[in-house]
Amino acid sequence: MDAVIRVENLTHTYSVGTPFEKTAIHNINVNFYPGELVAVIGHTGSGKSTFMQHMNGLLAPTSGHVYCDGEDIFATKEATRDVRFKVGLVFQYPEYQLFEETVYKDIAFGPKNMKLSADEIDERVREAAGFVGLSEELFERSPLELSGGQKRRIAIAGVIAMRPKVLILDEPTAGLDPGGCEGIIKNILDYRERTGSTVLLVTHSMDDAARIADRLVVFHEGSIAMDGTPDAVFSHPTELTAMGLDVPQAAAIAQALRERGVSLPQSIYTLEQLKAALVPLRKGEN
Amino acid sequence: MAIIRTENLHFTYQGEENETLHGVNLEIEEGSFVAILGHNGSGKSTLAKLFNGILLPNEGRVLVNGIDTTHEDKLLDVRRTVGLVFQNPDNQIVANVVEDDVAFAPENLGVEPDEIRRRVDSALKTVGMYEYRQHAPHLLSGGQKQRVAIAGVLAMQPRCIVLDEPTAMLDPVGRREVISTVTRLCREEGITVVLITHHMSECIGADRLVVMSEGRIVADGTPREVFAQVELLRSEGLSVPVTTELIYELNQDGWVLPLDALTVDECADAVAAALK
Repeated sequence: MDAVIRVENLTHTYSVGTPFEKTAIHNINVNFYPGELVAVIGHTGSGKSTFMQHMNGLLAPTSGHVYCDGEDIFATKEATRDVRFKVGLVFQYPEYQLFEETVYKDIAFGPKNMKLSADEIDERVREAAGFVGLSEELFERSPLELSGGQKRRIAIAGVIAMRPKVLILDEPTAGLDPGGCEGIIKNILDYRERTGSTVLLVTHSMDDAARIADRLVVFHEGSIAMDGTPDAVFSHPTELTAMGLDVPQAAAIAQALRERGVSLPQSIYTLEQLKAALVPLRKGEN
Repeated sequence: MAIIRTENLHFTYQGEENETLHGVNLEIEEGSFVAILGHNGSGKSTLAKLFNGILLPNEGRVLVNGIDTTHEDKLLDVRRTVGLVFQNPDNQIVANVVEDDVAFAPENLGVEPDEIRRRVDSALKTVGMYEYRQHAPHLLSGGQKQRVAIAGVLAMQPRCIVLDEPTAMLDPVGRREVISTVTRLCREEGITVVLITHHMSECIGADRLVVMSEGRIVADGTPREVFAQVELLRSEGLSVPVTTELIYELNQDGWVLPLDALTVDECADAVAAALK
């Protein structure tokens, strides 16, 4: 399958020629494919945000290339502009970026900039609001008077309304309570399922990554340290801990059980898997 | 004696029809570490703001060290006794240099310059940020900024610190830094800590866990006692630690395991013992 995003030898250095010069990412090569849900993991300062900002042309590489659908997104100004509609980026705490008078106008802002017809914009706003579970009754309200969870949904809808081929979300559940987190995660899964879009999810939550991602990409000190299925990545708990990352709680409990002589398969990183592995052990003995 | 005591506390935001807090009675013992848990909109942040007179009750009262927070001429005493740390460190830092920021409150309180120097150094050492005293706050990590914000409150020498979701915007490393800092403040410096959070893992080390829902207290006890009430927590839209969740799920399947095994090791011990 052709990659929707191809990254070649990407390096970014901040503040070149000043005392604050710092290479945030160096020589990154990675591909993302249509329909994948990839969790991008790494502790603060690992370079993952710098990397993400190249995906839709917000930062230009110091060297290297990013291709979207085979086109170098930094080749021309037009290409860099176009990629903003193809690759939608939802920042951390996107609720702080709402600015329009009404929910409807805020969601419509992206499509309007794409110079679509009024009918097309309307269709997309309704569709995007549907994806994130926003009731149309809220359309004429001011986004600023809604709750934090609703604001975040509006911001995500604003990006989805551009129908990007790739949706990037930077910690979309940060600061929400467990109910709010579940809601957003479910919205993202539904969206992926129904549109077949590629989704890149930047997250600190190993438990979320374990539960929903097809693939994990782990950033460490400006490079990609691991890239593989959750099975493959979570079978290296020692390396993850050394990089300052957590392992999913279920994996930690499984490891502690193995140390106590309970025989469990290696690939356990969700509660369901752990329960499924434990239940027959007791029944077997009875 | 209770450092903070609320009596039949009711609160409604201006222009809102619905009451946010419906008669909260709570006593926070001096020197204790109390975690307050609740989903968004449960009233826990409102409660925090009532603790030091940022908000004032519509009915009932809040006593801080015996002083009613509605006494305007005593408000400074209340605020010196109970310091508040908020979620977003970027909204709390005012100066361009770390030590200036920490000095801000004592300067405003008219503390002598020598004493300010002493307090700033001591506060920064307590939170482990002394080496960064000459740094610019905006170049620090989230966890470091939040520790500077805590130092800023410490420089007022409060007897109680209330932290409103101080780790919500931090990564796991920053989260651990902040939680271990506040735990140390309580255990070593004897400062009362009230930690408002929705991360279950941060409550495990507390002496007491209070669960808020819809403006009321729905559970109150040690973390072990509270987390064992899995059904209640679930119905409140809260999750329980994965350890408790596993034990609960296994018990549903007919195992007999103690629900208060909170840490990974305790949980593994209990499960392994059941399989022996």
